[in-house]
Amino acid sequence: MSSLLEIEGLRKSYGDRLVLDDVALDVEPHDVVCLIGSSGSGKSTLLRCVNLLEEIDDGVIRFDGREISDPRVDPRGVRRRIGMVFQAYNLFPHLSVLDNCTLAPRRVHGVGRAEAERRARELLETFGLAEHVDKYPDRLSGGQQQRAALVRALCTKPDLLLLDEITAALDPELVGEVLTNVRALAEEGTTMVLATHEMSFARDVATKVCFLHQGRILEQGTPEQIFTAPAQERTRQFLRRVLPG
Amino acid sequence: MTIAVFGLLIAAIGSSPGWPSVKETFFSWEHAKESFPELIKGFWINVKLFLICEPVILVLALLVALARVSRSPWLLPLRIVAVGYTDILRGVPTILLVVLLAFGMPALGLQGVPKSALFWAGVALILSYGAYVAEVFRAGIDSIHPSQIASAQALGLSRFQTLRDVVVPQAVRRVLPPLLNDFVSLQKDTALVAAAGIFDAVFAARDYGNFNFNYTPLVVVAGFFVVMTVPLARFTDWLQRRYAQRERAGAL
Repeated sequence: MSSLLEIEGLRKSYGDRLVLDDVALDVEPHDVVCLIGSSGSGKSTLLRCVNLLEEIDDGVIRFDGREISDPRVDPRGVRRRIGMVFQAYNLFPHLSVLDNCTLAPRRVHGVGRAEAERRARELLETFGLAEHVDKYPDRLSGGQQQRAALVRALCTKPDLLLLDEITAALDPELVGEVLTNVRALAEEGTTMVLATHEMSFARDVATKVCFLHQGRILEQGTPEQIFTAPAQERTRQFLRRVLPG
Repeated sequence: MTIAVFGLLIAAIGSSPGWPSVKETFFSWEHAKESFPELIKGFWINVKLFLICEPVILVLALLVALARVSRSPWLLPLRIVAVGYTDILRGVPTILLVVLLAFGMPALGLQGVPKSALFWAGVALILSYGAYVAEVFRAGIDSIHPSQIASAQALGLSRFQTLRDVVVPQAVRRVLPPLLNDFVSLQKDTALVAAAGIFDAVFAARDYGNFNFNYTPLVVVAGFFVVMTVPLARFTDWLQRRYAQRERAGAL
């Protein structure tokens, strides 16, 4: 069986600054891949390349067996099957939570209003947002906004979910509520690639952990391998800094 | 304190040597009453002009702004036209545009081209203000953070859908105050059609003044314009407050 997402030899630079260098990554269905590494190591850029928000300089990205890094591929066709959640939530401030969640299903997937709203309400309820359905995003706490953003990404039933440091902008006590939701998604078998600084979350939930350093995936493996017996000195240094004790 | 200042000002004007004759020429109750019906008739032209021009300007300006922010290489000619339009029409004084179009276009004698000076004066106002308002819209569109566009695209929205559903609604909310400013300005600039000999309120007032050697009607017309602009200002304040209450966090 082929991978859901295959990346080979991916290279990306801004001007003469190389941000991704010869990145290779395989994601199987139901995988939860955690990208770890310090700020500026290329985690976010890698995610943005996957859903074609960034143009790549070299390499191949295959999604569901089809090469999507080909410039002739319509990015919309790819993005309608990949959900993405951003660090800064990026909810649409002029739309209610419900309208945020139904916009893409209605406009992109041609779902009827009633059906889109029914599904959105259902998901918002599972995510503990039932009472905030008709509120506008700025009225919600950071954690609630980020959970609403998760629902917005899930409403289109994506085959792959990209989460870009979704807890990095949250107060420590709000991180837990968002991670609980992500953990539940992982248990349901949602295929995810997430950039994160939450090491204990990565250790518990990931099926694969990738350590990025200066635009390269220096090391990848199961959480046990990476967190207990990292092969690379850089990985050890990084983990010493971020892990308590 | 405030009352004292105003009291002093009024006293100073009232005691000036020319006040009695100014009072007679500009603030005569009889002349105000006598000219009133003509002025109202003229003012109806200003109101009509404004009511017709405003929606057309909104549509035209939004289209020009969208053309200017478009990225597609296919739309390059449209972008060039849009840039040229805003550059040239913001540069020409509105009063010249009114006179040129109102006198020039009917004089062409082209078939199917309206002959009415009023029509062309209206077109001149639309073209001139369309250019200003287009720039206001463009500033609003440019002020929307790229992350909003990225998240709309990540959801699979097309560039057009992103503009229509995400960017433009937010941009319009942001530019409401300058937009109102331009419309108050437009309400007053409907008076420029008087320069093309159209019998609006200002022309009627001048006509009355020249005939009776009394300029009270000008003051009356000034009052008309104030009465017309204030409700618009209050309406926009109200609209903005409503958006703010609905969409922003409790702390205001």
